[in-house]
Amino acid sequence: MDLGSHAGFILASYGLCLLTVLVLIAWIRIDKANLERALKELAEQGVSRRRPEEGGR
Amino acid sequence: MAFWDYANPTRFLKLVQVVLPWLTGLCVLAFGAGLYMSFFVAPEDYQQGQTVRIMYIHVPAAWLSMMCYSIMAVSSLGTLVWKHPLADVSAKAAAPIGAAFTFMALVTGSLWGKPMWGTYWVWDARLTSVLVLLIMYLGLMTLWRTMDDPIKAGKAAAVLTLVGALNLPVIKFSVDWWNTLHQPASVMRMDGPTIHLDILWPLLVMAVAFTLLFFVLHLMAMRNEILRRRVRTLRLRAASAAHPRSAVATAQPAE
Repeated sequence: MDLGSHAGFILASYGLCLLTVLVLIAWIRIDKANLERALKELAEQGVSRRRPEEGGR
Repeated sequence: MAFWDYANPTRFLKLVQVVLPWLTGLCVLAFGAGLYMSFFVAPEDYQQGQTVRIMYIHVPAAWLSMMCYSIMAVSSLGTLVWKHPLADVSAKAAAPIGAAFTFMALVTGSLWGKPMWGTYWVWDARLTSVLVLLIMYLGLMTLWRTMDDPIKAGKAAAVLTLVGALNLPVIKFSVDWWNTLHQPASVMRMDGPTIHLDILWPLLVMAVAFTLLFFVLHLMAMRNEILRRRVRTLRLRAASAAHPRSAVATAQPAE
């Protein structure tokens, strides 16, 4: 489709929105991966959410 | 199931696990339909020509920038008044998403303004108040990062969020209260929308898509925040076990 003489403005708008959303999704997913790794490391060290009397450290 | 049942973070995480894939699928479908309608169904505007297509992302982003802050304000009430354990988790998780939508609204507005107004930016009431909204989002994100204790940070941020909510009516009514380059409201009006249905429908579908995107991202970010608090609590517990006299472990409600 022909977006006319202002095609650059239209495509830049959609492109920047797409980029912003992708950055946001990537940031959230990387954050989740880091947190899950930290929880796994803590579990490997024997630090759990259970109280010591329940079997955790 | 009652609202308070989801005060339990573990139960909330289970709910997120079930709801998130469905919500993501709906969001993708809505964007597919919305983008198709925006580019291949909606006609050119008789004055603005093809640049009207910027509206289909600019307006939903601007609506979401305000809706997100409204959700943060309600969450802040939840923190200060009802002390709901997930309220400050919700508010903290929403801030970067709100900042992103506000950034999108400002950038797309600027890119729309240049061909239509002849300038990327003017310091008029609507544009300036939305810029203030972006600065408030960034300020709240900074506040949460500067305080180590999430409970104290949540309370301070809740007060600041509620004060900042005064900006929302200023944004909404700025085009009525002052002379601005920005056009007045043409969809959310007491006397109904003033734009043609051929343009209105794609706009509403895109608004639904943006709203679904917000809820997908918000649930993902809330899940991260609950995990972050678990990591913090476990690290404090580990430190407390290693140095029982010096470390003080404080359990967080969102643990």
